[in-house]
This record gives sequence, structure tokens and C-alpha cells, in this order.
Amino acid sequence: MSRAESRAESRAESRVESRAESRVESRVESRIEPRVDSQVESQAEPVGSSGVPAPRTPSPLWTFGLLRSELVTTFRRWRTLALLGVLAAVPVLVGIAVKIETSDGSSAGGGGGAGPAFMSQITNNGLFLVFTALSATLPFFLPMAIGVVAGDAIAGEANAGTLRYLLVAPAGRTRLLLIKYATTMSFCLVATLVVSLSALAVGALLFPLGDLTTISGTRISFTDGLGRALLIALVVAASLTGVGALGLFVSTLTGSGIAAMATTVGLLITVQILDQIPQLHALQPYFFSHYWLSFADLMRDPVYWDDLVKNLGLQGLYMAVFGSAAWARFTTKDVTA
Amino acid sequence: MDAPPATEPDTEGVRDGIIRTRALTKRYRGGQLAVDGLDLTVPAGSVFGFLGPNGSGKTTTIRMLMGLIEPTSGTARVLGQPMPRGTRAVLPHVGALIEGPALYGFLSGRDNLIRYDAADPTADPRTRRARVAAALDRVGLTAAGGKKAKAYSLGMKQRLGLAAALLQPRRLLVLDEPTNGLDPQGMREIRSLIRELASDGTTVFLSSHLLDEIEQVCTHAAVMAQGRLITQGAVADLAAGIRGRLVVTTPDTGDAARVLKEQGASDVTVEDDRVTAEPPDRDLAEVNAALVTAGVRVRGFGVERASLEDAFVALTGEGFDVAG
Ligand SMILES: Nc1ncnc2c1ncn2[C@@H]1O[C@H](COP(=O)(O)OP(=O)(O)O)[C@@H](O)[C@H]1O
Ligand SMILES: [Mg+2]
Repeated sequence: MSRAESRAESRAESRVESRAESRVESRVESRIEPRVDSQVESQAEPVGSSGVPAPRTPSPLWTFGLLRSELVTTFRRWRTLALLGVLAAVPVLVGIAVKIETSDGSSAGGGGGAGPAFMSQITNNGLFLVFTALSATLPFFLPMAIGVVAGDAIAGEANAGTLRYLLVAPAGRTRLLLIKYATTMSFCLVATLVVSLSALAVGALLFPLGDLTTISGTRISFTDGLGRALLIALVVAASLTGVGALGLFVSTLTGSGIAAMATTVGLLITVQILDQIPQLHALQPYFFSHYWLSFADLMRDPVYWDDLVKNLGLQGLYMAVFGSAAWARFTTKDVTA
Repeated sequence: MDAPPATEPDTEGVRDGIIRTRALTKRYRGGQLAVDGLDLTVPAGSVFGFLGPNGSGKTTTIRMLMGLIEPTSGTARVLGQPMPRGTRAVLPHVGALIEGPALYGFLSGRDNLIRYDAADPTADPRTRRARVAAALDRVGLTAAGGKKAKAYSLGMKQRLGLAAALLQPRRLLVLDEPTNGLDPQGMREIRSLIRELASDGTTVFLSSHLLDEIEQVCTHAAVMAQGRLITQGAVADLAAGIRGRLVVTTPDTGDAARVLKEQGASDVTVEDDRVTAEPPDRDLAEVNAALVTAGVRVRGFGVERASLEDAFVALTGEGFDVAG
């Protein structure tokens, strides 16, 4: 090999090294090598000896954190507040209507028993507006509001995708369902209290308050009447728990909040209609709405308990049956949304 | 096996993979076979890239690992515990971002994190606010923490989702396409965050349909196509399995191509001033010498590493953008 050739070769080689190789190497280094290095390092360490956080043990009390979060989340929703707003408006409208109708001195509900129970007594005693408002909202407004909240409870979270993050937190399926259940029951109570308190406030503003006459014709003191009003509100709230359980079960069946709400409200209307068809009277004692209006029996003296007890028993049955069904469904369900 | 019913994931079982699946299979109710006999082993401490085109079964696998869906057959162990049975013990140590973030639009970013933290029964409520603030800070959302989540951009939502995965110190982070929908700057930021987390010792399981993303951040990778595992291993090994290409940079491309062919190189292609070829089975120094002898003015000479994309194409015989 001539000197010129070898020079040329070595020059070429040095170029190769300085340019081509450095380019290739720098690519390799910047893209792959550093990660490989750190991988080797971290793999060299015995697994679990470093970087592993101290074990965390759940405190039984911490579970209430999720219940609180659930309550706050539910009651902060614009939709929940709108539902409660509508419920609060019903007694106001009824109160004003009665006031206008009776401003000429005639008594309300003069048409002879039409309209909700206790209507005719409101002008004598504002406290009766509570009973009237509850009987006006119990057939539809109240259970519809419960149906919306319960139907959306699981399906709405699935729809938004937040359900998967709650489950990987991990909220635990049974725990989450129980918390949704408790929140639905709380909403039943809050919704009923909103109607009652709104009615009490409107009644006190527009009409006189004082001793009242029970359905049986006996007189009871205003304080006694107030106690019965509270008891009635609690019974009405309890009457709604069956619908709540049904709505929650429907909510575990679908990934669409709207579908679950619509189904629950649809079932509610269907059952109310079927409850009016005489041919079905053998089935009717099992309809969740069948004994709803028994709350009026608390205004008898002495209280007539038969239907009240049947109502509470029926709601308990619905909670047990649909609660178990919801649990069976939710704990085995594929959550892909 | 007979792992004790401990509240702590057993550290021993992690030795053979922080995630380990055996013949894991999922057929959805519609009949779609989404994952088919998957045997996956994710070494502890790795940044594991789970690569596959859209519809190849990445999210389905992650859902099974996180106990969200039941496998049709096969088993999955995470942190040594079987899933979905071990969710209560395992998941507090796992941060996850699955199929994009999901938020309560009517809550602020901060309140979203507080809610997700409250859902973890092992999260101490006394440190909740501080941990939420730290997580927001980590993803650069401190200033926007008080804004309603529905007002967030996609990038901000993605970051908030990451923050939720970082509320606690984690042993494993499962991130399903975390840079989806982000602009290049956002992608870079998320990737550097992932590197940072990995350097703290957290194992990261990162699914992606972006090859260069896996190449940039991962130490290990598995490649999926149509529900099946094509290959898995260290990223360097996967690419090394494919022979690199000989690259000659020269103004005399015509001569160079002729000489390379004479020297036994195949598949010679010329683009601009680069001639590339499958290297011949002889000493490359001799090939170089031959070029110089033939009067080819060589500016650059070397073998370029195969990329993961080359590996994928070689393994599947298809382009990468084939949907399953
Ligand atoms: N919930 C579901 N029901 C039925 N099929 C599904 C469902 N989710 C995904 N699939 C199907 O399973 C396959 C894998 O999907 P996926 O795991 O989401 O892939 P990747 O995350 O890799 O894009 C696809 O063919 C998809 O259509
Ligand atoms: Mg996916």
C-alpha cells in the first residue's frame, strides 16, 4: 500500500470516527443508554428495600371521609339544588293559592273534598300547610327527585368515568355502594325536610298558628301538632327509601345516568298508574307507593298504626331486595366506562 | 398461590415481576377478543413501555390489572397479589391514569383531588390538604387549583389526572397513554415528569401507541398487536435484535452505491447525500477502504442503530399504524 493511500485511508477513518460514529453514538446515548443505565442501577438494588413507602393501615373512621365527600358532592350539584328549589317552591305556591282563594272569606277546597288532604284547614292553622304540602308532593315531586338522585348515583359516575378512579383509589365496591345508599337515604330526608320547613315558614307567614283539630275531631296543642308534623316528615322520608333502593339498583345496571333516571321515574309513574287499576288489587299491596298516604293516620287520635307499619315494612322489604340485587350486580360488574 | 392474607402486598412475590400475567385473556360480552393469552412480566424498578396500535388491547389489559374487569381466563398478579381479589391491599400502592382523566366538572381541581383521596381508605385525612397541594405543585397546577375542572384544557385535565395518581407515594404507576391530546411541549413535560418519578424508584407501566415515546422514556417494553403479545424485553435488546443499517454520507452517491453493492451490501438506497444499505457480512473497515480506494469522498461512515419502529415492523411485518 502506498503512503498516499494509507494516509487517505487513515484520514477517511478518522473522519468516520469523528463524524459518523459520534453522530450515531450521540443518538444512541441520548435516546436509549441513559435509561438503560438507570434501569441497571435500580434493578441492582434488592427489590423492596428502597423507595417502598411505609405500610399504610386504614382507620375504620376514615371511611366517613368518603361519606362526607359524597354528601358534599351530591349537595353541591346544581341539579340537586334545583330539585330542592322546586320542592321548596311547592308549599309557597299552595300557600299563596289558598290565601288568594280565601281572601273573600270563603274556605279553601270549598269544591267539596277536591285537592290534597287538610287543604280546607289551612286558613285556620298554618301548620296544616305542612301536611298539605307533603301530600301534594309525595305522589310525584318527591319520589321523582329521589329517582333522579338515586338513578344517577352509580350510572352518572360511570358515565363521567369518575367511577373507575373511585374504584382504583380504591374505594371498594361494597363500601362505595353503601355510601351511595346512605347518601340517597339522606337525600330522602333532606328533600322531605325542605318541603316541610318551607311549608311551615309559609304557613306561619300567611296564616294564624295555634291549637289544631285532629282527623278524629280531638283538639291538640300547637306544640303537640308540631311534634306530629315532624313525625309525619320522618315517615314520609322513610316512605321514599323504597324508591331510592330501586333507583340505586337501576343505576348499577347501566352506564348512562340519564337512562337510569328516566327508567326510575318511568317505573314510578307506571306503579302509580297500576295502583289505580282495580283488577290488580291482589298485587297492589306490594307496590312501593301503595301505603304512602297512610302518613295521615298520624293525625288521628289515637294514631292508627296498621297501614303505617305496613308501609314501613314494605319500604324495608324494597331496601333489602333491591339493595341485595344492587350489591350482587355492582360487585361483579365489569367497569369499562 | 398461598400468599398470606396480608394487608401489605407481599414483597417476596414481587421478585419475579411487579406485574405478572399468565395466559391473561379477555373476551368482552359483545364477543370481541380484546386480550389473548397475555404473558407479561414487568420488572420492579423498570419504566415499562406497553406499546401497541389503537385497539390492540392495552386499555383492556390495564383494566384487568386494576381489577375493574374480570379476566375471561388466565391470571394477573400485581405487587405479588392476585387481581382482582387483591384490590384493597394492592391499589393504595398504585397510582393510575386509565383511558384519560375523568373529573367532576362542577368541582375545582383541588376538590377533585380531595374527593379521590377521600375514596382511598388508607389515606390519612389529617395530611390530605398538604398532599393535595403537593400533588398539584408536582404537575404545575397550583395556580389553577381553585378553578372549576370543566374550565380546564385537555392538558390541564391530563395533569390533574396525573396529580390524582401522585396523591400518595406509590410503588407502581400505571399510565394509559398519558400524553394523549397534549401539545409537544405538554408531552415533553409529562415525559420528564415520568423520568423523574422513575428515578425516585417508582415502577412505571406506560402504555402508548407512540413508538418514539417508548424509546425516549422506557427501559423495557412489550409490544402488542391485536390482543397478542409480540415480544417483550429491555428496549435496548429489542432494537438490538434488528441489524442496524450502514450509512455512508458522501457527495459521490452513485459511486458509493456501486462500490457498496460490489462489497456485498444489499438493499442499497440513496437519498440526498446519504447512501444506506444492509451491511455485508465482512469487516466494515474493508468496505470503507474500498470506498476510499475507489475515489469516493466519504464524509461519514457508520452503522445506525435500529429503532423500535424498525423492530416493530420486523416483528409484525406490518406498518405500525394498523388498527386492530
Ligand atoms: N367495553 C368494551 N366492550 C366491547 N369491546 C371493547 C370494549 N372496550 C374495548 N373493546 C374492544 O377491545 C379491543 C381492544 O381495545 P382496547 O383495550 O381499548 O385497546 P387499546 O387501549 O390498545 O387502544 C378493541 O377491538 C375494542 O374495540
Ligand atoms: Mg386505550
